[in-house]
Amino acid sequence: MVVLIVDYKTSNLGSIKRAVEMYAPSVIVSDNPADAKKADKIILPGIGVFADAMSYLKKHGWVDELTEQVVYNNKLFLGICLGMQLLADIGYEGGDTPGLGFIPGSVAKLQQMPHERIPHVGWNEVYSTQQDSLFQNIPNGADLYFVHSYAFTPRNPEHILATTPYAGGFVSAVQANNVFGVQFHPEKSTPVGFDILRNFLSR
Amino acid sequence: MLKIRVIPTLLWKETGLVKGVGFSSTRRVGTILPAIKVYNTRQVDELIVVDVVATLGQREPDYTTVDAFSSHCFVPLTVGGGVRTIEHIKNLLKAGADKVCINSAAFDDPSLIKKAAMLFGSQCIVVSIDAVKNARGEYECYTHSGTTPTGILVKDWAVTMQELGAGELLITSIVHDGSMSGYDLELISLVTSNVQIPVIASGGAGCYDDMYQAITQSNASAVAAASIFHFTQQTPLEAKKYLGSKGLPVRNVYMGKNSNKQDGLKAWQ
Repeated sequence: MVVLIVDYKTSNLGSIKRAVEMYAPSVIVSDNPADAKKADKIILPGIGVFADAMSYLKKHGWVDELTEQVVYNNKLFLGICLGMQLLADIGYEGGDTPGLGFIPGSVAKLQQMPHERIPHVGWNEVYSTQQDSLFQNIPNGADLYFVHSYAFTPRNPEHILATTPYAGGFVSAVQANNVFGVQFHPEKSTPVGFDILRNFLSR
Repeated sequence: MLKIRVIPTLLWKETGLVKGVGFSSTRRVGTILPAIKVYNTRQVDELIVVDVVATLGQREPDYTTVDAFSSHCFVPLTVGGGVRTIEHIKNLLKAGADKVCINSAAFDDPSLIKKAAMLFGSQCIVVSIDAVKNARGEYECYTHSGTTPTGILVKDWAVTMQELGAGELLITSIVHDGSMSGYDLELISLVTSNVQIPVIASGGAGCYDDMYQAITQSNASAVAAASIFHFTQQTPLEAKKYLGSKGLPVRNVYMGKNSNKQDGLKAWQ
Protein backbone atom coordinates (compact mmCIF):
# COMPACT_ATOMS: atom_id res chain seq x y z
CA MET A 1 0.00 0.00 0.00
CA VAL A 2 1.41 3.37 -1.01
CA VAL A 3 0.21 6.44 0.86
CA LEU A 4 0.74 9.88 -0.59
CA ILE A 5 0.87 12.92 1.69
CA VAL A 6 0.32 16.03 -0.38
CA ASP A 7 2.95 18.71 0.19
CA TYR A 8 1.35 21.99 -0.79
CA LYS A 9 3.66 24.14 1.30
CA THR A 10 1.21 25.04 4.05
CA SER A 11 2.69 23.36 7.04
CA ASN A 12 5.11 20.98 8.59
CA LEU A 13 4.55 17.45 7.37
CA GLY A 14 6.87 15.73 9.82
CA SER A 15 4.22 14.81 12.35
CA ILE A 16 1.70 13.39 9.89
CA LYS A 17 4.46 11.53 8.03
CA ARG A 18 5.79 9.94 11.21
CA ALA A 19 2.28 8.98 12.28
CA VAL A 20 1.38 7.40 8.93
CA GLU A 21 4.70 5.56 8.73
CA MET A 22 3.73 3.63 11.83
CA TYR A 23 0.95 1.91 9.91
CA ALA A 24 1.83 2.12 6.21
CA PRO A 25 4.88 0.48 4.68
CA SER A 26 5.32 3.00 1.90
CA VAL A 27 4.75 6.71 2.43
CA ILE A 28 5.50 9.38 -0.15
CA VAL A 29 5.52 13.07 0.75
CA SER A 30 5.42 14.93 -2.54
CA ASP A 31 4.76 18.26 -4.15
CA ASN A 32 4.42 16.57 -7.54
CA PRO A 33 0.79 15.77 -8.47
CA ALA A 34 1.91 12.96 -10.77
CA ASP A 35 2.84 10.97 -7.67
CA ALA A 36 -0.87 10.67 -6.89
CA LYS A 37 -1.10 8.15 -9.70
CA LYS A 38 0.96 5.58 -7.85
CA ALA A 39 -0.70 6.09 -4.49
CA ASP A 40 -3.42 3.82 -3.12
CA LYS A 41 -4.44 6.34 -0.47
CA ILE A 42 -4.05 10.09 -0.37
CA ILE A 43 -3.82 12.39 2.65
CA LEU A 44 -4.26 16.14 2.40
CA PRO A 45 -3.04 17.77 5.64
CA GLY A 46 -2.74 21.47 6.15
CA ILE A 47 -3.00 24.50 8.28
CA GLY A 48 -3.38 27.93 6.83
CA VAL A 49 -5.85 29.90 4.81
CA PHE A 50 -8.45 28.42 2.42
CA ALA A 51 -8.00 30.92 -0.42
CA ASP A 52 -4.20 30.65 -0.53
CA ALA A 53 -4.26 26.86 -0.31
CA MET A 54 -6.71 26.52 -3.21
CA SER A 55 -4.70 28.98 -5.23
CA TYR A 56 -1.59 26.85 -4.81
CA LEU A 57 -3.38 23.57 -5.48
CA LYS A 58 -4.92 24.90 -8.65
CA LYS A 59 -1.73 26.51 -9.93
CA HIS A 60 0.36 23.38 -9.46
CA GLY A 61 -2.04 20.92 -11.04
CA TRP A 62 -3.23 19.27 -7.84
CA VAL A 63 -6.92 20.02 -8.33
CA ASP A 64 -7.08 18.13 -11.62
CA GLU A 65 -4.94 15.22 -10.47
CA LEU A 66 -6.74 14.80 -7.12
CA THR A 67 -10.12 14.97 -8.86
CA GLU A 68 -9.06 12.23 -11.24
CA GLN A 69 -7.60 9.94 -8.57
CA VAL A 70 -10.24 10.51 -5.90
CA VAL A 71 -13.47 11.16 -7.81
CA TYR A 72 -12.89 8.98 -10.87
CA ASN A 73 -10.48 6.35 -9.60
CA ASN A 74 -12.15 6.17 -6.16
CA LYS A 75 -8.93 6.20 -4.20
CA LEU A 76 -9.32 6.56 -0.45
CA PHE A 77 -8.75 10.17 0.60
CA LEU A 78 -8.37 11.84 4.00
CA GLY A 79 -8.37 15.61 4.48
CA ILE A 80 -7.06 16.90 7.83
CA CYS A 81 -7.97 20.30 9.29
CA LEU A 82 -7.65 22.71 6.35
CA GLY A 83 -7.48 19.59 4.19
CA MET A 84 -11.02 18.69 5.31
CA GLN A 85 -12.27 22.22 4.66
CA LEU A 86 -10.87 22.17 1.12
CA LEU A 87 -13.27 19.32 0.29
CA ALA A 88 -16.09 21.88 0.16
CA ASP A 89 -17.60 23.57 -2.89
CA ILE A 90 -16.78 26.96 -1.47
CA GLY A 91 -14.85 28.59 1.36
CA TYR A 92 -15.28 32.07 2.78
CA GLU A 93 -11.86 32.53 4.42
CA GLY A 94 -9.70 35.03 2.57
CA GLY A 95 -12.47 35.79 0.07
CA ASP A 96 -15.03 33.54 -1.65
CA THR A 97 -13.05 30.68 -3.12
CA PRO A 98 -14.14 27.45 -4.80
CA GLY A 99 -12.82 24.36 -3.04
CA LEU A 100 -12.14 20.90 -4.38
CA GLY A 101 -15.88 20.18 -4.37
CA PHE A 102 -15.50 16.51 -3.42
CA ILE A 103 -18.25 16.89 -0.80
CA PRO A 104 -20.98 19.53 -1.33
CA GLY A 105 -20.99 22.19 1.34
CA SER A 106 -19.35 25.39 2.45
CA VAL A 107 -16.71 26.62 4.89
CA ALA A 108 -17.48 29.54 7.16
CA LYS A 109 -16.24 31.02 10.40
CA LEU A 110 -17.27 29.28 13.62
CA GLN A 111 -20.25 30.87 15.30
CA GLN A 112 -19.31 33.07 18.26
CA MET A 113 -21.26 31.91 21.31
CA PRO A 114 -21.34 33.69 24.68
CA HIS A 115 -18.65 32.33 27.02
CA GLU A 116 -16.79 30.71 24.14
CA ARG A 117 -13.65 31.93 22.37
CA ILE A 118 -12.59 31.71 18.74
CA PRO A 119 -10.21 30.24 17.48
CA HIS A 120 -11.34 26.90 18.84
CA VAL A 121 -8.08 25.69 20.36
CA GLY A 122 -7.60 22.59 22.45
CA TRP A 123 -9.10 19.22 23.21
CA ASN A 124 -12.79 18.66 22.57
CA GLU A 125 -15.20 15.78 22.22
CA VAL A 126 -15.94 14.08 18.93
CA TYR A 127 -19.23 12.21 18.64
CA SER A 128 -19.45 9.99 15.61
CA THR A 129 -22.66 9.09 13.82
CA GLN A 130 -21.31 5.74 12.68
CA GLN A 131 -19.34 3.31 14.78
CA ASP A 132 -17.81 1.38 11.90
CA SER A 133 -15.71 3.50 9.56
CA LEU A 134 -13.05 5.89 10.88
CA PHE A 135 -14.32 5.70 14.43
CA GLN A 136 -14.40 1.94 14.79
CA ASN A 137 -13.44 1.00 18.37
CA ILE A 138 -12.94 4.65 19.24
CA PRO A 139 -14.84 5.66 22.39
CA ASN A 140 -17.64 8.03 21.46
CA GLY A 141 -16.90 11.48 22.85
CA ALA A 142 -13.12 11.02 22.98
CA ASP A 143 -11.17 14.27 23.12
CA LEU A 144 -9.18 15.19 20.05
CA TYR A 145 -7.06 18.27 19.34
CA PHE A 146 -8.53 21.17 17.40
CA VAL A 147 -6.99 24.46 16.31
CA HIS A 148 -9.19 26.39 13.85
CA SER A 149 -11.49 29.32 13.32
CA TYR A 150 -13.46 27.95 10.38
CA ALA A 151 -15.52 24.80 9.86
CA PHE A 152 -17.02 22.85 6.98
CA THR A 153 -20.78 22.24 6.88
CA PRO A 154 -21.79 19.59 4.34
CA ARG A 155 -25.02 20.26 2.48
CA ASN A 156 -26.12 16.64 2.75
CA PRO A 157 -26.53 15.54 6.39
CA GLU A 158 -25.63 11.99 5.38
CA HIS A 159 -22.07 13.17 4.85
CA ILE A 160 -21.70 14.15 8.50
CA LEU A 161 -19.51 11.55 10.19
CA ALA A 162 -18.97 13.30 13.52
CA THR A 163 -19.85 16.47 15.41
CA THR A 164 -18.31 18.43 18.27
CA PRO A 165 -20.18 20.51 20.85
CA TYR A 166 -18.71 23.99 20.32
CA ALA A 167 -19.83 27.10 18.46
CA GLY A 168 -23.36 25.80 18.56
CA GLY A 169 -22.18 22.38 17.38
CA PHE A 170 -20.07 21.94 14.26
CA VAL A 171 -19.15 19.07 11.96
CA SER A 172 -15.83 17.58 13.00
CA ALA A 173 -15.64 14.70 10.52
CA VAL A 174 -17.18 13.95 7.13
CA GLN A 175 -17.44 11.01 4.78
CA ALA A 176 -18.77 10.57 1.29
CA ASN A 177 -17.90 7.08 0.02
CA ASN A 178 -14.10 7.02 -0.34
CA VAL A 179 -13.63 10.62 0.77
CA PHE A 180 -12.99 11.37 4.46
CA GLY A 181 -12.27 14.58 6.32
CA VAL A 182 -11.44 15.34 9.96
CA GLN A 183 -11.27 18.84 11.43
CA PHE A 184 -9.05 17.74 14.36
CA HIS A 185 -5.39 16.75 14.08
CA PRO A 186 -5.14 12.98 14.55
CA GLU A 187 -1.34 13.18 14.31
CA LYS A 188 -1.31 15.50 17.32
CA SER A 189 -3.93 13.64 19.31
CA THR A 190 -2.01 10.60 20.47
CA PRO A 191 -3.03 7.90 21.11
CA VAL A 192 -6.69 8.06 20.03
CA GLY A 193 -5.84 10.11 16.95
CA PHE A 194 -3.35 7.48 15.88
CA ASP A 195 -6.03 4.78 16.19
CA ILE A 196 -8.25 6.84 13.89
CA LEU A 197 -5.41 7.11 11.38
CA ARG A 198 -4.89 3.37 11.64
CA ASN A 199 -8.58 2.84 10.87
CA PHE A 200 -8.24 4.93 7.73
CA LEU A 201 -5.06 3.20 6.63
CA SER A 202 -6.44 -0.29 7.15
CA ARG A 203 -9.59 0.22 5.08
CA MET B 1 -17.12 20.86 25.72
CA LEU B 2 -13.70 22.41 25.20
CA LYS B 3 -11.27 21.30 27.87
CA ILE B 4 -8.98 23.38 30.01
CA ARG B 5 -5.36 22.95 28.95
CA VAL B 6 -2.39 22.55 31.28
CA ILE B 7 0.75 23.43 29.34
CA PRO B 8 4.29 22.87 30.60
CA THR B 9 6.65 25.61 29.45
CA LEU B 10 10.20 24.54 28.73
CA LEU B 11 12.74 27.32 28.93
CA TRP B 12 15.53 26.66 26.52
CA LYS B 13 18.59 28.34 27.88
CA GLU B 14 21.51 26.20 26.84
CA THR B 15 24.24 27.95 24.97
CA GLY B 16 26.66 25.06 24.78
CA LEU B 17 26.49 23.07 21.59
CA VAL B 18 26.17 19.35 21.64
CA LYS B 19 27.23 17.24 18.75
CA GLY B 20 24.55 14.68 18.12
CA VAL B 21 25.72 11.13 17.48
CA GLY B 22 25.27 10.27 13.84
CA PHE B 23 24.37 13.88 12.98
CA SER B 24 26.62 16.23 11.13
CA SER B 25 25.14 19.31 12.74
CA THR B 26 25.58 20.48 16.27
CA ARG B 27 22.53 21.00 18.37
CA ARG B 28 21.60 22.73 21.59
CA VAL B 29 19.72 19.80 23.00
CA GLY B 30 20.41 19.95 26.71
CA THR B 31 17.48 19.08 28.94
CA ILE B 32 14.67 20.06 26.57
CA LEU B 33 14.61 16.92 24.44
CA PRO B 34 14.44 14.45 27.33
CA ALA B 35 11.64 16.54 28.87
CA ILE B 36 9.69 16.49 25.59
CA LYS B 37 10.05 12.73 25.37
CA VAL B 38 8.76 12.25 28.91
CA TYR B 39 5.80 14.58 28.48
CA ASN B 40 4.87 12.82 25.26
CA THR B 41 4.45 9.51 26.99
CA ARG B 42 2.15 11.13 29.56
CA GLN B 43 -0.37 12.62 27.10
CA VAL B 44 0.31 16.22 28.06
CA ASP B 45 -2.13 18.71 26.44
CA GLU B 46 0.45 20.90 24.71
CA LEU B 47 4.03 22.06 25.13
CA ILE B 48 5.57 25.51 24.91
CA VAL B 49 9.30 25.86 24.26
CA VAL B 50 10.81 29.32 24.66
CA ASP B 51 14.29 30.01 23.33
CA VAL B 52 15.50 32.45 25.96
CA VAL B 53 18.92 32.81 24.31
CA ALA B 54 17.42 33.85 20.97
CA THR B 55 15.29 36.51 22.63
CA LEU B 56 18.13 38.13 24.53
CA GLY B 57 20.83 37.65 21.92
CA GLN B 58 18.72 38.86 19.03
CA ARG B 59 19.67 35.86 17.02
CA GLU B 60 17.60 33.80 14.68
CA PRO B 61 15.52 30.88 15.87
CA ASP B 62 17.39 27.58 15.91
CA TYR B 63 15.47 25.62 13.28
CA THR B 64 17.72 22.58 13.35
CA THR B 65 17.09 21.97 17.01
CA VAL B 66 13.36 22.74 16.71
CA ASP B 67 13.24 20.08 14.02
CA ALA B 68 14.92 17.68 16.43
CA PHE B 69 12.40 18.56 19.15
CA SER B 70 9.38 18.15 16.90
CA SER B 71 10.54 14.78 15.64
CA HIS B 72 9.97 13.49 19.17
CA CYS B 73 6.88 15.54 19.86
CA PHE B 74 3.45 14.15 19.07
CA VAL B 75 1.56 16.76 21.05
CA PRO B 76 0.90 20.33 19.88
CA LEU B 77 4.09 22.35 20.14
CA THR B 78 4.38 26.13 20.45
CA VAL B 79 7.81 27.64 19.88
CA GLY B 80 8.84 31.16 20.87
CA GLY B 81 11.90 33.27 21.44
CA GLY B 82 13.56 35.55 18.90
CA VAL B 83 10.74 35.29 16.36
CA ARG B 84 11.02 38.54 14.41
CA THR B 85 10.01 38.09 10.77
CA ILE B 86 7.63 36.26 8.46
CA GLU B 87 10.58 34.12 7.34
CA HIS B 88 11.23 33.08 10.95
CA ILE B 89 7.59 32.05 11.39
CA LYS B 90 7.51 30.18 8.10
CA ASN B 91 10.72 28.31 8.88
CA LEU B 92 9.63 27.45 12.41
CA LEU B 93 6.33 26.02 11.15
CA LYS B 94 8.28 24.08 8.55
CA ALA B 95 10.66 22.82 11.23
CA GLY B 96 7.76 21.37 13.18
CA ALA B 97 6.23 24.04 15.38
CA ASP B 98 2.43 23.94 15.37
CA LYS B 99 2.20 27.47 16.72
CA VAL B 100 4.72 30.27 17.08
CA CYS B 101 4.91 32.73 19.91
CA ILE B 102 5.82 36.36 19.25
CA ASN B 103 6.55 39.04 21.84
CA SER B 104 9.05 41.82 21.30
CA ALA B 105 8.85 41.83 17.51
CA ALA B 106 5.17 42.79 17.61
CA PHE B 107 6.07 46.08 19.31
CA ASP B 108 8.66 46.89 16.66
CA ASP B 109 6.20 46.16 13.87
CA PRO B 110 2.60 45.30 14.79
CA SER B 111 1.81 44.64 11.13
CA LEU B 112 3.91 41.47 11.48
CA ILE B 113 1.00 39.93 13.38
CA LYS B 114 -1.50 40.93 10.70
CA LYS B 115 0.66 39.59 7.88
CA ALA B 116 1.40 36.37 9.74
CA ALA B 117 -2.29 35.76 10.49
CA MET B 118 -3.17 36.32 6.84
CA LEU B 119 -0.43 34.02 5.57
CA PHE B 120 -0.53 31.20 8.10
CA GLY B 121 -3.89 31.63 9.82
CA SER B 122 -4.60 33.18 13.22
CA GLN B 123 -4.65 29.82 14.91
CA CYS B 124 -0.89 29.41 14.73
CA ILE B 125 -0.01 32.88 15.97
CA VAL B 126 0.30 33.24 19.74
CA VAL B 127 1.19 36.71 21.02
CA SER B 128 3.04 36.72 24.30
CA ILE B 129 2.70 39.72 26.62
CA ASP B 130 4.91 40.19 29.68
CA ALA B 131 3.41 42.56 32.22
CA VAL B 132 4.48 44.66 35.17
CA LYS B 133 2.28 46.96 37.23
CA ASN B 134 3.74 50.46 36.83
CA ALA B 135 3.90 53.34 39.32
CA ARG B 136 0.37 54.38 38.39
CA GLY B 137 -0.97 50.94 39.19
CA GLU B 138 -1.57 50.06 35.54
CA TYR B 139 -0.33 46.88 33.88
CA GLU B 140 2.32 47.81 31.33
CA CYS B 141 3.90 45.65 28.62
CA TYR B 142 7.58 44.81 28.94
CA THR B 143 9.79 43.26 26.26
CA HIS B 144 13.08 41.36 25.95
CA SER B 145 12.41 38.85 28.67
CA GLY B 146 10.84 41.45 30.93
CA THR B 147 13.69 43.97 30.93
CA THR B 148 12.42 46.83 28.75
CA PRO B 149 9.25 48.89 29.45
CA THR B 150 7.25 49.85 26.37
CA GLY B 151 4.94 52.52 27.77
CA ILE B 152 2.04 50.57 26.30
CA LEU B 153 -0.75 49.31 28.54
CA VAL B 154 -1.50 45.58 28.51
CA LYS B 155 -5.22 46.17 28.10
CA ASP B 156 -4.76 48.23 24.95
CA TRP B 157 -2.10 45.96 23.49
CA ALA B 158 -4.18 42.82 24.02
CA VAL B 159 -7.08 44.36 22.10
CA THR B 160 -4.78 45.56 19.32
CA MET B 161 -3.19 42.15 18.93
CA GLN B 162 -6.61 40.53 18.73
CA GLU B 163 -7.70 43.00 16.07
CA LEU B 164 -4.57 42.31 14.02
CA GLY B 165 -5.25 38.59 14.04
CA ALA B 166 -3.51 36.95 16.97
CA GLY B 167 -5.10 33.56 17.66
CA GLU B 168 -4.19 33.33 21.35
CA LEU B 169 -2.56 35.50 24.00
CA LEU B 170 0.02 34.19 26.48
CA ILE B 171 -0.02 36.55 29.46
CA THR B 172 2.89 36.45 31.90
CA SER B 173 3.31 38.36 35.11
CA ILE B 174 7.00 39.20 35.41
CA VAL B 175 6.78 39.62 39.17
CA HIS B 176 4.93 36.36 39.77
CA ASP B 177 7.02 34.37 37.29
CA GLY B 178 9.17 31.84 39.10
CA SER B 179 7.71 32.78 42.48
CA MET B 180 5.35 29.82 42.69
CA SER B 181 3.00 32.05 44.73
CA GLY B 182 0.09 32.02 42.32
CA TYR B 183 -0.81 33.64 39.01
CA ASP B 184 -1.56 37.37 38.90
CA LEU B 185 -5.32 36.96 38.81
CA GLU B 186 -5.98 40.68 38.37
CA LEU B 187 -3.73 40.75 35.30
CA ILE B 188 -5.27 37.66 33.72
CA SER B 189 -8.81 38.95 34.38
CA LEU B 190 -7.92 42.28 32.80
CA VAL B 191 -7.04 40.53 29.56
CA THR B 192 -9.77 37.88 29.48
CA SER B 193 -12.43 40.50 30.04
CA ASN B 194 -11.24 42.59 27.11
CA VAL B 195 -10.66 40.00 24.36
CA GLN B 196 -12.65 37.14 22.83
CA ILE B 197 -9.68 34.98 21.85
CA PRO B 198 -8.25 32.30 24.14
CA VAL B 199 -5.92 33.50 26.90
CA ILE B 200 -3.18 31.35 28.41
CA ALA B 201 -2.21 32.36 31.95
CA SER B 202 1.48 32.24 32.75
CA GLY B 203 3.76 33.12 35.64
CA GLY B 204 3.43 32.04 39.24
CA ALA B 205 1.85 28.61 39.46
CA GLY B 206 3.03 26.93 42.66
CA CYS B 207 0.23 24.46 43.26
CA TYR B 208 -2.72 22.99 41.44
CA ASP B 209 -5.11 25.33 43.18
CA ASP B 210 -3.31 28.30 41.63
CA MET B 211 -4.32 26.91 38.24
CA TYR B 212 -7.87 26.43 39.45
CA GLN B 213 -8.01 30.08 40.50
CA ALA B 214 -6.63 31.32 37.17
CA ILE B 215 -9.37 29.44 35.36
CA THR B 216 -12.35 30.08 37.61
CA GLN B 217 -11.52 33.56 38.89
CA SER B 218 -9.81 34.95 35.80
CA ASN B 219 -11.35 32.96 32.92
CA ALA B 220 -8.08 31.67 31.51
CA SER B 221 -8.62 29.05 28.77
CA ALA B 222 -5.31 27.41 29.59
CA VAL B 223 -2.59 27.57 32.20
CA ALA B 224 1.10 27.48 31.38
CA ALA B 225 3.68 26.66 34.01
CA ALA B 226 7.39 26.03 34.24
CA SER B 227 8.80 26.14 37.77
CA ILE B 228 6.10 24.01 39.37
CA PHE B 229 6.88 21.13 37.02
CA HIS B 230 10.62 21.71 36.95
CA PHE B 231 11.31 22.18 40.65
CA THR B 232 8.63 20.19 42.42
CA GLN B 233 7.10 16.73 42.21
CA GLN B 234 3.85 18.10 40.81
CA THR B 235 2.84 16.98 37.33
CA PRO B 236 0.47 18.10 34.55
CA LEU B 237 -1.46 14.86 34.91
CA GLU B 238 -2.03 15.36 38.63
CA ALA B 239 -2.93 18.99 37.94
CA LYS B 240 -5.69 17.85 35.60
CA LYS B 241 -6.93 15.28 38.07
CA TYR B 242 -7.21 18.05 40.65
CA LEU B 243 -8.96 20.43 38.28
CA GLY B 244 -11.30 17.66 37.16
CA SER B 245 -12.12 16.76 40.76
CA LYS B 246 -13.17 20.38 41.28
CA GLY B 247 -15.58 20.15 38.37
CA LEU B 248 -13.54 21.70 35.57
CA PRO B 249 -13.60 20.08 32.11
CA VAL B 250 -10.27 18.37 31.51
CA ARG B 251 -9.12 16.08 28.76
CA ASN B 252 -10.26 12.51 29.11
CA VAL B 253 -7.36 10.16 28.97
CA TYR B 254 -7.68 7.45 26.36
CA MET B 255 -6.48 4.10 27.57
CA GLY B 256 -5.79 2.61 24.17
CA LYS B 257 -7.40 0.60 21.42
CA ASN B 258 -7.35 -2.71 23.24
CA SER B 259 -9.52 -1.60 26.10
CA ASN B 260 -13.27 -1.93 25.75
CA LYS B 261 -15.32 1.14 25.13
CA GLN B 262 -16.51 1.59 28.69
CA ASP B 263 -13.00 1.67 30.07
CA GLY B 264 -11.63 3.32 26.99
CA LEU B 265 -12.14 6.75 28.47
CA LYS B 266 -11.03 7.79 31.87
CA ALA B 267 -12.32 11.20 32.86
CA TRP B 268 -12.02 12.79 36.23
CA GLN B 269 -15.47 13.95 37.17
